Amino acid sequence: MAQRTVTIASSVGLHARPAALFVEAVNETGLDVEIGRPGDDAVDASSILGVMALGAKHGEEVVLTADGDGAEEALDGLVALLSRDLDAE
Amino acid sequence: MTDAQAAHGAETRLGIGVSPGTAYGPVVQVAPPVAAPAGEAAPADPEAALEDVKAAFASVADDLEGRARHADDTAQQILKATALIAKDKGLHKAAGKQLAAGKGPANAISAAVDEYAAQFEALGGYFAERVTDLRDVGSRAVAAVLGVPAPGVPDFTEPSVVVAEDLAPAETATLDRSLVVGIVTQAGGRTSHTAILAAQMGIPAVVQLPGACAIEPGTPVSVDGDSGEVVVAPDRSLVEAQRVRREKRAEALSASRGPGRTKDGHAVALLANIGGVQDAVEAGAQDLEGVGLFRTEFVFLSADRAPTVEEQADIYRKVLEPFGDRRVVVRTLDAGADKPLAFADLGPEENPALGRRGLRLSAERPDLLDAQLEALAVAARDTGADVRVMAPMVATVEEAAWFARRVRENGLPKAGVMIEVPGAALRARHVLAEVDFGSLGTNDLAQYTMAADRMQGALSDLLDPWQPAVLDVVAAACDGARRTGRPIGVCGESAGDALLALVLAGLGVSSLSMAPSKVPVVRLALSLHTLPECQGLAEVARGAATAREALDAVRAAARDELTDLL
Repeated sequence: MAQRTVTIASSVGLHARPAALFVEAVNETGLDVEIGRPGDDAVDASSILGVMALGAKHGEEVVLTADGDGAEEALDGLVALLSRDLDAE
Repeated sequence: MTDAQAAHGAETRLGIGVSPGTAYGPVVQVAPPVAAPAGEAAPADPEAALEDVKAAFASVADDLEGRARHADDTAQQILKATALIAKDKGLHKAAGKQLAAGKGPANAISAAVDEYAAQFEALGGYFAERVTDLRDVGSRAVAAVLGVPAPGVPDFTEPSVVVAEDLAPAETATLDRSLVVGIVTQAGGRTSHTAILAAQMGIPAVVQLPGACAIEPGTPVSVDGDSGEVVVAPDRSLVEAQRVRREKRAEALSASRGPGRTKDGHAVALLANIGGVQDAVEAGAQDLEGVGLFRTEFVFLSADRAPTVEEQADIYRKVLEPFGDRRVVVRTLDAGADKPLAFADLGPEENPALGRRGLRLSAERPDLLDAQLEALAVAARDTGADVRVMAPMVATVEEAAWFARRVRENGLPKAGVMIEVPGAALRARHVLAEVDFGSLGTNDLAQYTMAADRMQGALSDLLDPWQPAVLDVVAAACDGARRTGRPIGVCGESAGDALLALVLAGLGVSSLSMAPSKVPVVRLALSLHTLPECQGLAEVARGAATAREALDAVRAAARDELTDLL
């Protein structure tokens, strides 16, 4: 299982536009990706409601996990996405 | 209505004009939200019912994505994010559980939506705002599963008049300006979001029109956003007369340029009301003399912590830059129980409009005010802009003095106060002596003078700025300003009403701040009347017994060159 920890860079946290962009990117991977706070229960990262309800704020760390072919590359791409200030773009 | 119109079955109705100009086109009815029916039967086969529910969500997602393809950038993002909610597997699963528990499909959808809505509401702040989008998806899916028309604005391709019970801000913001020639709502009020956004977008609009939702879709209507008159199935001659008037008006307005002046050369500055960076960029490009009201709430409302001085200065620079050396009047944070801040919540209040809002909140949290003033001073220095700062909800001399001292301590040259509390208006001579200028917020001033909640559309008549009592309070404030030698302006919606603007100028107001789309007609109105004529119109208005009489008397007394165009 591939796993990454990343800090949310978006100034407004992971909701609204940043959450939508993230979920779209997760759907494009075609993999089962989960997102959660370190040590907490993770949620389905393809669910925009789940991702928004997580309430991850600017500067908070989240853990991404995925299984299957290309999981490592897929997570690298998602980490790069979350490391940008998506709201400012 | 003339006999000729009556003979053709035309019907004239009167609402409240909130965004100027006239329009003519077929009606597009915005369908109301759909609620799940009570007593819906439990599904015989929950598995099969879940497939129906999923199909309903899929059709909602398809529809939203289809619209996204034809929308502009901002609307596209909103629509795509909303489509993602409709495709959410978690939401489908939650609906499946409700079906298994014996709920019918429509009720299962709405219960699943309620579950998520409760979670978001518990998170508060920005998350709670997303509940509107979620409920919109739920209402669309319920409509799809019941086989009734989807709520919201239907697709249309011909220039049309959009008619609704009321429009959500998101609905108004995503309207296609090239297709929507007019907006009519049955509810709403003078200061509702629909009114403010329509004026900002320059689309003629009428609110509070009786029976608006019952007008058959496709019926041609003519809309007069000044008088509030809507004619259903108008006679051809009326449409033609309106078209001629629209052209004459466009011609007259395009010829009106430069700073605001009465016919005899008395200056009345024409300014814009703005609420964000985008507004600033748009208003900055227009022929107006600056900003009379920059609402700073957007800097704070979606944040979950107080924005830093640097973050604020960054935003203020972007707002100030488009105006070069023109003036920008900034209203400091106007929050309170009705517009709570995540980081400065003083708790719920029984009566937020009369509670710890405006400057009263700043008094509890002076750190917020100081940070904002410091950021404004930095931005003013960096851009060289003519920044003037004013406080909302000032009631007493002590408050005015306290605010002015803080403004000056932070190195800003000019401090002012909003005059929106009748007590401050009546004592303007002493309140304004503490500061450099005053600005009448006529929306709140009417609310407090007439003891009528601004948010209650049903009380619109009481909130009419033509109410003689409101004009008396404005006159008292102008008189106080004159005696202290301080300039006083108006930054409520009333400043954008061409006839009322003349009355205000006559009462002694030296600047008028409004939605930028209203500036040309106000400029034209001023240029057609001398100051003594404006003073005469003010006398006429204050001599009237009722709001209606005041408006009618001023309309009759104003110059025909103006009223022919209104």
